[in-house]
Amino acid sequence: MTGGPLIEIEGLRVIFQGDDGRTTHAVDSVDLSVANGATLGLVGESGCGKSVTSLAIMGLLPKQSATVTGAIRFDGFDLLDVPDDTLRDLRGNRLAMIFQEPMTSLNPSFTIGDQITETILRHRGGSRRKARERAIELLRRVHIPSPDKRIDEYPHKLSGGMRQRVMIAMALACDPQLLIADEPTTALDVTLQAQILDLMRELKAASGAAIILITHDLGVVAEVCDEVAVMYAGEIVERAPVDELFGNPQHPYTVGLLGSIPRLDRRTSHLATIEGMVPNMMNPPAGCRFAARCPFVEDVCVKAPPPLALLSANHASRCIRAPLERLVS
Amino acid sequence: MTDAALATVPLAAAETLESPARRAWRRLIRRKGAVLGLAVIAIFVLMAVFAALIVPYDPIATSWSLVRKAPSVQHWFGTDELGRDVLARVVFGARASLLAGVISVGIALAIGVPLGLLAGYRGGFIDALISRITDAMLACPFLILAIALAAFLGPSLGNAMIAIGISATPIFIRLTRGQVLSVKVEDYIEAARAMGNPRWRIALVHILPNILPALLVQATLSIAAAIIAEAALSFLGLGQQPPAPSWGSMLNAAQRFLTSAPWMAIWPGLAIFLVVLSFNLVGDGLRDALDPKAR
Repeated sequence: MTGGPLIEIEGLRVIFQGDDGRTTHAVDSVDLSVANGATLGLVGESGCGKSVTSLAIMGLLPKQSATVTGAIRFDGFDLLDVPDDTLRDLRGNRLAMIFQEPMTSLNPSFTIGDQITETILRHRGGSRRKARERAIELLRRVHIPSPDKRIDEYPHKLSGGMRQRVMIAMALACDPQLLIADEPTTALDVTLQAQILDLMRELKAASGAAIILITHDLGVVAEVCDEVAVMYAGEIVERAPVDELFGNPQHPYTVGLLGSIPRLDRRTSHLATIEGMVPNMMNPPAGCRFAARCPFVEDVCVKAPPPLALLSANHASRCIRAPLERLVS
Repeated sequence: MTDAALATVPLAAAETLESPARRAWRRLIRRKGAVLGLAVIAIFVLMAVFAALIVPYDPIATSWSLVRKAPSVQHWFGTDELGRDVLARVVFGARASLLAGVISVGIALAIGVPLGLLAGYRGGFIDALISRITDAMLACPFLILAIALAAFLGPSLGNAMIAIGISATPIFIRLTRGQVLSVKVEDYIEAARAMGNPRWRIALVHILPNILPALLVQATLSIAAAIIAEAALSFLGLGQQPPAPSWGSMLNAAQRFLTSAPWMAIWPGLAIFLVVLSFNLVGDGLRDALDPKAR
């Protein structure tokens, strides 16, 4: 952790307007910051707003249906406030994104070389030959065998793992300062997941880019992240350094998530689950959003929304009953 | 299919660098109907280009001594009501028909594809406006619209092409728009936006190549329709003007002599039939060859 934060998100709120006039609060008052070279894990189940947060940072949410408020400060720019041209100059250059589905995220009509060089030419200019050399170099960095031949292949010739490597190479094309990886390993099988995570760790060490890693897989978080933010129903419910979060979770939802990871060293007939359902975000509850599923719920929880309160210098939890140890004993 | 698949096995090494276009071509030439269609079209194109070298007669030279003569050694296809050689007129008439097919579809593509891209990619009010105009045009039958436009523009081959082209445009607008709507939500378009591409570049460089196959198939089938439309307009006197030959105007002249000189109608009719059938065969073959789901 060196210097101030590279990106600082304050009070980010995303509201979607449906065609029927109803609104969905996808993301609510999210505060996040990532320092240069750090890796933040953004964890939560499907629909908790983690992908929407990443799309908001990239400015990729549809303007007609999504209202984004708050502030996203990235290296002196407020990304929600800059002109479209400036944002386009940043995207792919200093801000890059790796998508979840490697099978569909590459354009089937072009060779992978065309797709990587396009990004380089767009942001760096220079000759086509130079860009091609750099593309080969990038493919080598993501460990694609014989990159000078593979560069002229079409995406349909590559396996899922290879395509994800190509996506990573594309994202790294202009040495971004911030890399957003939206579930980069979810669509891959387990052995490939490990390889891609190794690759990301290696590239992070080499490039010094900050990474926001979005995932629902706590195992992935434990392996690569420095800090973790747990999201639930559009809000951040807990934020802590990775060891702290795994060793001392202070939000009932995090405890539940950790409890639902299967472990080889304990024999149980059932996996632990969190009872109940995620609240309907068209009509979010007035109090704590986790209250309906929480084993520690009290009357006060459902009356007013709890704040995200600091428990120690770098550990925050959105639970008024934290610290939780005293409740269990 | 199995034999064909086996035959490609030794090529596997070369295939790794095969572009989508070459792959489609390889699959197209596996289809007998499409190859036959391509061959017939090629013959007609060569005929149109080298018409003067193929037939020794001038297609507009009249002869009072040769009026409506049956096919003979001198005049293989017979002669028409002004003593002109029918073979020469069929061969020279290929120019009007093929040109009308290609140019009018070119006009339809040139207007329809940009409007379809705009409507599909921008959406909103522009989409609503373009789509309603398209709906209104599609409400009129293709040929009726072409005839009305040709009558309005005045009778000539050029005007007929413009009229046919404009009448064929709404199909291309609608097709392009629909394809754009399905492609623009693909992950790779999102990825292209995330790479910082401007909107025009995403529309032209990332979306357009992915909808070309569908446009190509429609264009081929539309050429067939445009050739029939040109024949119909010429038959009605709105297309190619006499004495220049065209298959449609030859049929028009022949209808008065169907019983006494049937050759005047058979040969241009057969030419239209063959060319239209061939374009349809090629279009069907292309559709199969470009289908990403087919193996």
